[in-house]
Amino acid sequence: MNQNAKQFRFKSELKQLLLPLFSLVLALALGYLTMLLMGYDAAKAYQSLWQGIFGSRNAIAESLVQTTPLIFTAISYALTYKAGLINLGGEGQLYIGAVWGSVLGSRLSGIPVWLHWILIFAAAFAGGAIWGAISGLLKVRFKASELITTIMLNYIALEWVSFCVTNLPFKDQTAGAAPRMPTVVDNVKLSLLLPKTRLHSGFILALLVLLIYYLFMWKTTKGFELRVNGQNPNAALYAGMPVKHNAVLAFALAGGTAGLGGIINILGLQYFLTEGFASGLGFSGVAVALLGNSQPLGILLAAFLFGALNAGGIRMQTAAAVPSAMISMIQGIIIFFAVSPYLLSWIGTQLISGRNRHNLSLQNQLPPESAQLAMTTDRGKSDPEKSR
Amino acid sequence: MEGILNTLTNFISADVRTAVPLLLCALGLVFSERAGIVNIAAEGLMLIAAVSAAIGSAYFGPWGGALLAAISGLAGALIFTFFTITLRANQIVVGTAFNIFAAGLSVTLNRRFLADVTVTGYPLRAIPGLSQLPFVGDLFFNWQLLVYLTFLGVPLLQFVLYRSNLGLKIRASGEQPRACDSVGIKVNRVRTGVVLFSGILAGLAGSYVSLGQASTFIEGMVAGKGFMALAVCVFGNYTPVGAMGAALLFGAADALKYRLLTTELGSYYQFLNMLPYLITIISLMLLSHRSNKPAASGKPYIKE
Repeated sequence: MNQNAKQFRFKSELKQLLLPLFSLVLALALGYLTMLLMGYDAAKAYQSLWQGIFGSRNAIAESLVQTTPLIFTAISYALTYKAGLINLGGEGQLYIGAVWGSVLGSRLSGIPVWLHWILIFAAAFAGGAIWGAISGLLKVRFKASELITTIMLNYIALEWVSFCVTNLPFKDQTAGAAPRMPTVVDNVKLSLLLPKTRLHSGFILALLVLLIYYLFMWKTTKGFELRVNGQNPNAALYAGMPVKHNAVLAFALAGGTAGLGGIINILGLQYFLTEGFASGLGFSGVAVALLGNSQPLGILLAAFLFGALNAGGIRMQTAAAVPSAMISMIQGIIIFFAVSPYLLSWIGTQLISGRNRHNLSLQNQLPPESAQLAMTTDRGKSDPEKSR
Repeated sequence: MEGILNTLTNFISADVRTAVPLLLCALGLVFSERAGIVNIAAEGLMLIAAVSAAIGSAYFGPWGGALLAAISGLAGALIFTFFTITLRANQIVVGTAFNIFAAGLSVTLNRRFLADVTVTGYPLRAIPGLSQLPFVGDLFFNWQLLVYLTFLGVPLLQFVLYRSNLGLKIRASGEQPRACDSVGIKVNRVRTGVVLFSGILAGLAGSYVSLGQASTFIEGMVAGKGFMALAVCVFGNYTPVGAMGAALLFGAADALKYRLLTTELGSYYQFLNMLPYLITIISLMLLSHRSNKPAASGKPYIKE
């Protein structure tokens, strides 16, 4: 009996890995087909994609550079997801955090560097956290769907950034400079991990934050409360947990994490804030969290996959003249398949009989673990406060 | 007097121009929401349709653009239904993935097919006679065909939703799918049909963004209009007529923005650009508690 249970567990764990891998292969195949249809040299495109990911020491470093911010925005989505909420506002939170952090990073000087770093990170975290908490408050106070408010706040944040890079007192006043915020002072710039590449120690910080995410969600009482709310909001309510307070907290922590990601990309990579410096990172983070099932290790692997694809995509554009946007298309397809737990069994039934296309008899099958997880996303809907 | 009239005319035209794509997309979303499907892929559908419309128009003229946009909306909706209804994946997650997919696809298509062609926009069709009326003639009877169809569609769809057998089936599928099933309504078939319908409308809405509001495609030009259409749907309390009111209100906010851009506030245009997004949030704050939101919204239906 015990042996059976073990075997089943192993099987379901294997399945959890099988589906994302299968999705990746399928998505790359579909991407290949699309490129052929559009008249691009698909073989050359994938060759240069591979070169851009693993082709050299620099390519690997570049993949890790792209991985770093995705870890932050993925946690930003995953943390709220685990708490039964949906945060599509990672991008806005990242930008607001980056603005706050870069104000402190460029204006302060003459204080010890460790203190300066603490202040910068605190400001970036606070900026993102406030931006995130707005959606949380709107949800618990006014029942405004966080799905829409987080997205609207993204656009508002983008306009705010646009204002900051072109107007006093925020903009850089160097004569002839393109619109941007001032460069951060030299001693707060993050050191390089690999000389002669762009890989900076922000990557280590990302791993650290991932560890903190794990410890907080799975080893603290507050994390437990959040996860209970995610699994079963009724249980959280009946157990007397401060459900509303927790929702706002989850959004604040998620926003703060995204904000940290924003400032780290500035301190480690670009050194000054420009419009669009993090464009697309928010939704890519959502995709990474989905692919990684909101688990710390899953997020790390998925972030590397997406970061590597992004890095390779840039190479693909220069070497094979295929727009790097093709990569986001492929990433979207990966997620389509990866979040469809019934995909494999559906293909199975299709292979067994071509008929009964719409009459899947899936009810008798035990859903894989990832299916149960995926189905619980609707928890927001079964919120006891919402039901009439 | 003349000046005030002119200002008013310009304001209302700007209002309608902004409202049309929101309304068109929201009409479809009202139907899919009522059947229990939350379709946040609307943004991506509009984006792909906007680029498809531009491509169609560049190679086959405006009608070709409209047709290609509708087809792309339908195709996108098919992808969405395959994953959410056939494979029962989470609707919000699939919608998010679709938007990422669409962002990539639209840019790729744009770079590949629209690099060195000219796009023709939808032509204006003045209604003979009526458009000659003073003041109101130009305001209400000198638009693109799609604009008339959109506003004519509102009462029609209101009728279908509330007074027809089909509408009853749709609303029941969103409220009590299990009960529907027990009286022989094929819930998933109803939902599929409704999502495909809303895909076509989202496609046409997208075509109006590239061919009606402008005569070109710019990457990222949909800029949240699909999400706003979702908000229009909520703000309009999930009815076609309500959606029309909401879309016109959103359009008015946008028209106000353009009006203020010409004043000295124009140098702070970023804050004016925030207006439509702020209005969306405020509208959700005011109206989310009283709502026709279907009970089974967002939940996949599993036949027993």
